[in-house]
Amino acid sequence: MKVFLPSPLYSYTNEKRSIDASGTTLAELLHDMEAKYPGIRFRVIDEQGNIRQHIKIFVNKQLVRKLDVHLNVEDEIIFIAALSGG
Amino acid sequence: MNLKTANASFGSATLLIGTRKGGFVLKSDAARKQWKISAPIQLGNIVNHIVADPRDKHIWLMAARAGHLGPTVMRSTDGGKKWQEASKPPAFLPAVEGKKGLTVDHVFWLTPSNLSEPGVWYAGTSPQGLFRSEDGGDTWRGVEGLNANPNRVKWVGDETQDAPPDGATLHSINVDPRDAKHLYISMSIGGTFESRDRGASWQPINRGVEALFNPEPDPEYGHDVHCMRLSADPDVMYQQNHCGIYRLQKPETRWQRIGTNMPKKIGDIGFPIALHPRDSNTLWVFPMDSGSVWPRMALDGKPAVYASKNAGKTWQRLNAGMPEKNAWWTVKRQAMTTDAHDPVGIYFGTTSGEVWASRDHGKRWSCIARHLPHIYSIEVAAKK
Repeated sequence: MKVFLPSPLYSYTNEKRSIDASGTTLAELLHDMEAKYPGIRFRVIDEQGNIRQHIKIFVNKQLVRKLDVHLNVEDEIIFIAALSGG
Repeated sequence: MNLKTANASFGSATLLIGTRKGGFVLKSDAARKQWKISAPIQLGNIVNHIVADPRDKHIWLMAARAGHLGPTVMRSTDGGKKWQEASKPPAFLPAVEGKKGLTVDHVFWLTPSNLSEPGVWYAGTSPQGLFRSEDGGDTWRGVEGLNANPNRVKWVGDETQDAPPDGATLHSINVDPRDAKHLYISMSIGGTFESRDRGASWQPINRGVEALFNPEPDPEYGHDVHCMRLSADPDVMYQQNHCGIYRLQKPETRWQRIGTNMPKKIGDIGFPIALHPRDSNTLWVFPMDSGSVWPRMALDGKPAVYASKNAGKTWQRLNAGMPEKNAWWTVKRQAMTTDAHDPVGIYFGTTSGEVWASRDHGKRWSCIARHLPHIYSIEVAAKK
């Protein structure tokens, strides 16, 4: 499925703004992203499995807050770097 | 042999500067008179600390995080030309079922182990955690003797504990140059702790240090250490604390408040403390205004370093060359250091983005860089 990324993550994807990744849950998708782009997962998910404070993840434009969300191959995933101060 | 000049370095100096918006390298000519600033490194990242490896001058580590992303450590293996992220940055262990686990907010402090352990580094984090790398900073593991210590919550409090504005930190990691198993750390909040078994177990060493925010008159732990450093004699250590300047000489176990010898109008509150690289009696501090609501600025807008050459018995004001008024900045705990030259160079960075230097033990100061972002840290790169 298509995953759209914010600019702070471009350095992990050779400047690609969107990538293809797969998984039946958001957790699986993130592991696939990590396998393809090492280091990217820890920058958005902390060591306790929580989405970091200033990262928002949308599945088909719906904000999700847990990694056990079920995904379908046609889903559109958008990572957004939220407002985080000056 | 003159103790104060033996093993002195000479020639140029290189400063590694961590700021709220990235890292910078400031290099001097051989006389340390002319300085040239680099382009920003990791521009936009919050850089708390950049440290060069004294055992291998090519290895530099940087504690960094972007505002949106999680914390990390960046590594350079070519003296700062190229940087790569650690493949396993410091992270707490996942929580056991039903418990809330700790999450590293940012890496705050980096310290190489001593010369006997090439490639070994320690990192201190916010919230208070200690991490160790055995491969030059590429992969990190928690020092569970501290992070999972059953007394940790007692020592540092839980998530309801008051903390500094940027978060509670573990800092001032000191490795005994004679014994790599012998470690010291300080925490804000928490106090200073000692380990003799490479971090497997820890003992608080805070007796004599005041904690005016604690109703207990002489608490064993829970202090607010701002910066603690081992001197050239590793049995002598100094700390700038939230509640004064202190000295401890082992095997004594009680810190002595040497800041009471500072001028009363100035007081002995500040963040950084810098030590002479070869003389355990000489140190420099940067006092700040701790009156009423604690402005934490240079007192009356008149910045000055204070020096003692006799282990804190007497102090001398050193501000020649600094602004004489209207300078409303201060110096953070990691932002003051010395080089190993003779005479010793002293450097500090300000919250307003200036770097100040003295090439003569603090007698005369000059501004060697300005217009940088808010400075968090300054270290001198090793020359070996």
